[in-house]
Parts: sequence; structure tokens; C-alpha cells
Amino acid sequence: MKYTEEHEWLRPEDDLIVVGITEHAAEQLGDIVFVELPEVGTEVTKDEECVVIESVKAASDILAPLDGEIVEVNEMLVANPGKINDDPMGDAWFFKIKPSEPEQMDEYLDEAEYNRLIG
Amino acid sequence: MSDLPDELRGLPLHDLHAELGGKMVPFAGYEMPVQYSPGVMKEHLHTRAAAGLFDVSHMGQVILRGADAETLALGLEGLIPAAVLGLAEGRQRYGLLTNDEGGILDDLMFANRGDHLFVVVNAACKAADIAHMRAALPGIDVVEVTDRCLLALQGPGAEAVLARLAPEVAAMRFMDVATVVLEGAECWISRSGYTGEDGYEISVPNDAAEALARRLLADEAVLPIGLGARDSLRLEAGLCLYGHDIDTTTTPVEAALHWSIQKARRTGGARAGGFPGAERVLAELEGGASRLRVGLRPGGRAPMREGVALFQGDEALGRITSGAFAPSLQIPISMGYVPRALATPGTVIEAELRGKRAPVTVDSLPFLPANFKR
Repeated sequence: MKYTEEHEWLRPEDDLIVVGITEHAAEQLGDIVFVELPEVGTEVTKDEECVVIESVKAASDILAPLDGEIVEVNEMLVANPGKINDDPMGDAWFFKIKPSEPEQMDEYLDEAEYNRLIG
Repeated sequence: MSDLPDELRGLPLHDLHAELGGKMVPFAGYEMPVQYSPGVMKEHLHTRAAAGLFDVSHMGQVILRGADAETLALGLEGLIPAAVLGLAEGRQRYGLLTNDEGGILDDLMFANRGDHLFVVVNAACKAADIAHMRAALPGIDVVEVTDRCLLALQGPGAEAVLARLAPEVAAMRFMDVATVVLEGAECWISRSGYTGEDGYEISVPNDAAEALARRLLADEAVLPIGLGARDSLRLEAGLCLYGHDIDTTTTPVEAALHWSIQKARRTGGARAGGFPGAERVLAELEGGASRLRVGLRPGGRAPMREGVALFQGDEALGRITSGAFAPSLQIPISMGYVPRALATPGTVIEAELRGKRAPVTVDSLPFLPANFKR
């Protein structure tokens, strides 16, 4: 498991990377009321906005952490955005990406480094 | 508090908010709690279900005194379109300070408290409002009350909670004001608020404010509520936020606040006009304004917030002035200005959100019926 400084978590699953937001991020955003997911098959570039999240407070973007193709999105979140507050590290993943440059994972933080960041 | 950036001012209940877990943010020059640990959604729903305690001590509290009641009332009528003369002792009204173009300088509450008028104005406007009143009202004393906090207790449980401290508050009706002793302190209470719920606003001496707040919070019906939920509550109730839904570029009629101008101040009334911008405002009361503030319901689930542009085809209509997800309705809601011809509820227009057009339906205000004790 890796973490970005933008408070995303990246979990390898076979040759895919599952992306979600951390507990810390979900807590900071507050009650999430709307999610717009990318379309399956979209080619994304690292740092490109690919998910919109709206909480009761404000809108925020999730950036693609890697270059690659979106191969699966968690449609359940569209009807149940509050799930992101309830289970951000588990069921409330956003999308799975097939990275075209898997070595981009190396620059991200491990859990200890991430915990220091939010410490 | 001198180490705070931009000389943010702390208010008397600052430490209590911190102790209660309030997340403090700068607001109108003060450090204010935007939310507590339950978060905006739960705080909002709790206020509608039971009772919420809001610290709104950043707002301006002002006392106006004149040679006699009539001089005082007519003086204030020179600055606002509402009728002040004729407001009974112990009653409060909503009013607007207007400029020479009929734009709105601020919105306020004013109460007839016998030998004086008690006025509550917005925090961000209070210095300008006081200067404006002093300059325009010679012979009237304009005194800012700086030794009192302002608390709002709002929600269907508010009456029972406050009546446990002072039974007489139960008999007050919406927009009544009274002096009531709470926890040994002389409080100036109005039965009003900014949530669409029944409730009270309580002006309490600074040195008694914390004890009163703690006593109210000790009631199991009451939770502390931050500015975040205050905003979503007032939006569901269709109430304007100054600097967003109304400002110097909007008139009372455009803002659909014509109800705050009583008959005596309108054309043909006993004291018609006589306030800044009266010519335009009275003309709009007669013939209608070219645009109106309306409720807007976005078609999808995405909230449309302040600044989102409104269209009909290629024609830019205006912008959304407030918008959020409505916790009690579980849908996004907004307010904004549209041309009068498109202001009828049910009219479908478009909004541009993140580069994409989406349908928005004009709706009547408030989104949620008020729950006042009439």
C-alpha cells in the first residue's frame, strides 16, 4: 500500500492499482454528498483531475496518481457517497487503474511516511 | 489574541468552543467555530430535530436612542424601507439599509425595546453600518453594544429548553422581544433566528455568557452548532446571506424581500418613500424588478454553489449566489437571480458546472416550510 501527499491510498491488486482516499482525507472533507467518477476506458495522465467529490462544505478533485487506463469504477459510491466517510479505506474505493508506467508507484509514500505527513 | 494572523479577534466564548471540539476558522475578522465533531450534516439535522446552540457574538448589536420614540422611529425610517413607527413595544422586524441606488448595504433586525431600538446587524458590515447611522442620524445616539454575547437557540426543542430556565419565554410569539433573567443575568431575548425553526436569540452579558451556554448545553436536547450548519439551515429556509445573495448591487424587490416594506412606506402610504434609493425601490414595487432572486433545484445530485453561471440557450442569465447540499431534503439546492420572465416556479434553465451544462429548475422559497411559533 502506498499513499500520495494528496491523501489518496494506492493498493496493488494483480496488475492493477486500486485508488481511494485516506481516513484523514475523508474526515477533513466532512460529509460527502456527491461523487462523479471517470468513465471506464478513460486514459488518464498522472495529476489529471479524474474524480469530483463534493462534501457539505466544498468541492474537491481527486487526481490520477499514475498514467494509465481506468478499468473499473466503484459505481456504488454514486448512489451512496456517504460510504466514503464510513469506510474510506475499504469498500469506498474510487477506481482501478491499469498503470502504463508502474514505476511511478515508487515515488509515493509508505504508511510510516504518510502518517508523519498527517501527524 | 495578538499572535493570530490578520488580527483575528477572539470572542468571549472562544475557549468554550475549543473545549467543545469546535473547528475554528476566520470569519468576518473573528475566529468562529465552523463545525464541531459531529460535522455539518449531523449538526444541521439535530437542529431541525431537537435544538442547536449557535454563538453569533460576532454580529453587531447596536442601541439607538432618540429624543422621543417618534423622532427615533422616523429617524431610522430615513435609512430603511421598513416601517419603524407603529412597531409595538416588545416586537421586532426585519429591515434593510439601502443606498442611494436602492442597493442593499446590510440586512438587520430591529426591535422596539421601549425607550430604545435594539438593532442586530451583520458582523462584516457592522463598522460601516454604525458609521452610516451616526452620519445620517444626527440627534440619535448610536451605541455599539460590546459587552454582550449573542447566542441563538434554535429548533423545535428550543422552547422547552429555555423555558426550563425561564418559563415566561414559552409565551413569546415569533418576533416578540423581552428582557428575561437567565442564570441571574439580564438577557435581551427575541423569538427569532436564522434557521427557519422556532427559537430564540439571546443577548447575554459577556461575563455571564459562558455559564449560560454551559447550562443550555447541559440539556440533552442541545448540541453546539457551527457556522457550517447555520449556512445550510438558512439556505433551506430561503434566507439571504449578506454579501452573497444580497449586496449593494441588488435591490429589496430584486431580492424578493418586498415583504419587508410595509404599506405605510409604499406609494400611497402614510410615509411613502423617504429612504435612500426610494425612487427605484418604489417603482420596482409597482412595476416589478427586471430580475428576481429565486430558489433553484439542480437536476442532478451535484451541488451548484455560489458563482455557477446560469443560462437559457446562449443567453447568460446571472449566477448562483448560494448553493449547497440540503441535509434535510437530501438534494442540492441553490438560490440565484434570473430575469423576471423566468422566475416562475417550474421554469427549467441551465447552469454550467465544471464546463458542462445541466438543467436547473426554478423553485419557490423557502425550500423547507418554516416552523415558527406564530
